[in-house]
Amino acid sequence: MFKRWLRHTTMATMVALAPLAATAQETPKQGGDIVVTYKDDITTLDPAIGYDWVNWSMIKSLYSRLMDYAPGTPNPIPSLAESFTVSPDGLTYTFKLHKGVKFSNGREVVASDVKYSIERAVNPKTQGPGAGFFGAIQGFEDETGGKTETLSGIETPDESTVIFHLSRPDATFLHVLAINFASVVPKEAVEAAGGDFGKKPVGSGTFILKDWTIGQQLVFERNKDYFVKGVPYIDSFKVEVGQEPLVALLRLQKGEVDIAGDGIPPAKFLEIKNSADGAQMIVDGEQLHTGYITLNTRVKPFDSVKVRQAINMAINKDRIVRILNGRATPANQPLPPLMPGYDKSFTGYAYDVAKAKALLAEAGFPDGFETVLYSTNTDPQPRIAQAIQQDLAAVGVKAEVRALAQANVISAGGTEGEAPMIWSGGMAWIADFPDPSNFYGPILGCAGAVQGGWNWSWYCNADLDKRAVAADSMSDPAKSAERTVAWGKVFTDIMADAPWVPVINERRVVAKSLRMGGADNIYIDPTRVINYDAIYVKQ
Amino acid sequence: MIFLILRRLVQAALILLGVAAITFVLLYALPADPARMIAGRSATAQTVANIRHELGLDQPLLVQFSTYLSNLLHGNLGRSYAQKTEVWTLIAARLPATLVLMLAGILVEVALGLTLGTIAAVRRGGFIDRLVMTASFVGVSAPQFVVALLLLYVFAVTLGWLPMSGYGTFAHVVLPAATLGVLGAGWYARMVRSAMIDVLNQDYVRTARAKGLSSRRIIFRHALPNAILPIIAMIGIDIGQFMGGVVVVEAVYGWPGIGQLAWQAIQQVDIPIIMGVTLTSALAIVIGNLLADLVAPLIDPRIRTR
Repeated sequence: MFKRWLRHTTMATMVALAPLAATAQETPKQGGDIVVTYKDDITTLDPAIGYDWVNWSMIKSLYSRLMDYAPGTPNPIPSLAESFTVSPDGLTYTFKLHKGVKFSNGREVVASDVKYSIERAVNPKTQGPGAGFFGAIQGFEDETGGKTETLSGIETPDESTVIFHLSRPDATFLHVLAINFASVVPKEAVEAAGGDFGKKPVGSGTFILKDWTIGQQLVFERNKDYFVKGVPYIDSFKVEVGQEPLVALLRLQKGEVDIAGDGIPPAKFLEIKNSADGAQMIVDGEQLHTGYITLNTRVKPFDSVKVRQAINMAINKDRIVRILNGRATPANQPLPPLMPGYDKSFTGYAYDVAKAKALLAEAGFPDGFETVLYSTNTDPQPRIAQAIQQDLAAVGVKAEVRALAQANVISAGGTEGEAPMIWSGGMAWIADFPDPSNFYGPILGCAGAVQGGWNWSWYCNADLDKRAVAADSMSDPAKSAERTVAWGKVFTDIMADAPWVPVINERRVVAKSLRMGGADNIYIDPTRVINYDAIYVKQ
Repeated sequence: MIFLILRRLVQAALILLGVAAITFVLLYALPADPARMIAGRSATAQTVANIRHELGLDQPLLVQFSTYLSNLLHGNLGRSYAQKTEVWTLIAARLPATLVLMLAGILVEVALGLTLGTIAAVRRGGFIDRLVMTASFVGVSAPQFVVALLLLYVFAVTLGWLPMSGYGTFAHVVLPAATLGVLGAGWYARMVRSAMIDVLNQDYVRTARAKGLSSRRIIFRHALPNAILPIIAMIGIDIGQFMGGVVVVEAVYGWPGIGQLAWQAIQQVDIPIIMGVTLTSALAIVIGNLLADLVAPLIDPRIRTR
């Protein structure tokens, strides 16, 4: 689970927002069974626990939530909720549920199921990685601290009403209710599964899990009772696991596979792209991803802002893009281009070896210095780390590359004074939901600069933290544009202190067979990865 | 015989205990914190502490190990961190696939190795001998991944005779078993060849020849049974090897065995699964060697009298 969510955490892909027009030209057809392949096993389908980019799409389709997203877009819309209201102070959210929605065990979904499901996701006993997202709900600390197993901030006055009381305004709250961890599950099924709910899922989503042969395949069938008519389009999808990406691609070309979930191995990319059907088989889109180098502000000489700025100028990002076969674009700020708040006019630090050397000399290192660069040991990350090493050598900085197993790199990053520089490739941040706030707290804010945290620059700027909190409190939808600008400014201002070298924004690639229909952005959906509800088979 | 079995069982228990202890200490020494990984990047320190407590990771190493051992004695391998499922369920679901692959692979390599080794020994010094020895050298030194992809490309993609990946029918097992067999056959061929040459130089073979027995009878009746002994021991070792070491072949052919399970668990630092698979493989090695020791006397009476 871990490795994959690090690399591609969920909601990964954000795409050009025109494609809905493209879908309109072709009417999706009902019916058809498809085959999807992945290299790794599916870990769990328990929505309170699942947190990798493969199970993320499946969990989305097995369960419903109060909120969801318009297919292929980052825009939240009511789902299980028929309607909702927000109090003027942004502290109370009232949801009315659709009536007659049924779990796949036949029981109707009621308000208390929503309350139970979120309390379950927050409960430390569940060991779910999503608890933190619900931090704004009143009573959160009491539950995570083990004082109680319920959330005082969730009220269910009747079977179809859920009221949330927040302890602080949270502009991302609707996103939080659309995240997988907020999926609604029936208590009796969770308890009957005896800790094995992840293998025996019961939900009220578009699909039902029909069969799971561990290590081999999962079969999902259309939920005939799904409360929205005409959704989904396909009758079933079979997920075959343990499939080597290269073999999956060969099978796709032979027509045995419809979606090769792991995409196209770099070595085969150009061959496929230049083949006759290649253009129709490759889905290639931007995602909410930034790959960066962290510069540990608590380790010498990176405690000097001039040194950090010099390093920013020393890295040849275009060359790193070439190493990735062009499947990325150079980055100049922490936010990826498709994230609201991204500043197109911001240019960041240009690649300038002479200026970098001059800055280093100014900082007192005319002859450079020796340091250590950590990286994970899976291809192509060590190669990128070597490219960075060469760039650093060109300005006199001698960096020893330590390519280690991912878990060890993360551990070094979270230990104060341990890792001077880390190339984040393979572990880089991809947004959990399409909101800029998701790119700050744990990786650039003071809260993450703690033992075992994810702020590997150990950068803590109280002033920016204050501005971040203020921006997140602007929950009034009318202030949304203002909020986005405020957030964007936080990320460009942070670059003056240069705790990171933003290096690339990586693209995501999926391969699909010629019989698959639907716009590209539902295969690399910003909130679902593959949107099984929206894809269809051309007859 | 009974004493041999009893002695071996006691040895086996000690070996397994040793494996459990070493693996446990090695995994404990990892800098990666499973609780931190389970908790995810947005977790508070409190959540991480809670999870660590739930998993018993805040206990001293010795306490954790004794808890693990006592669970083990009750047949409980623990629960996977990532999948939140009993480790034994996960291993049991994959064990049959690995056993099938193991048996098929051993069958191919023994059949191939015996045939080639015998031919090479009989034609010692000739062209065929050199050909077989060269081929076996290539076989033992070729990377698994390359051979697997090569066979797959020729027989599944180009010729379309066999399925590319999957599990369930006889056709599915052919390519993975052939990959393992081709790679392992080299060792067997070399071993059979040298053992056969050794035997063919013995006095009794000369006597048999002098009596006018046909060379076929000499080879199959007199020489081969005597040359086969080291093979039995090697099969015992292979059982263990294939249990833990077929990760690459399983990956290429999408074979749902425990090699894949182990590989994924290592990437996820899912310690209970890593422990479980290691112990299962160790058990397989022990059983394999025990079987080899039990079968050998049946074939060679000389061992029985010892």
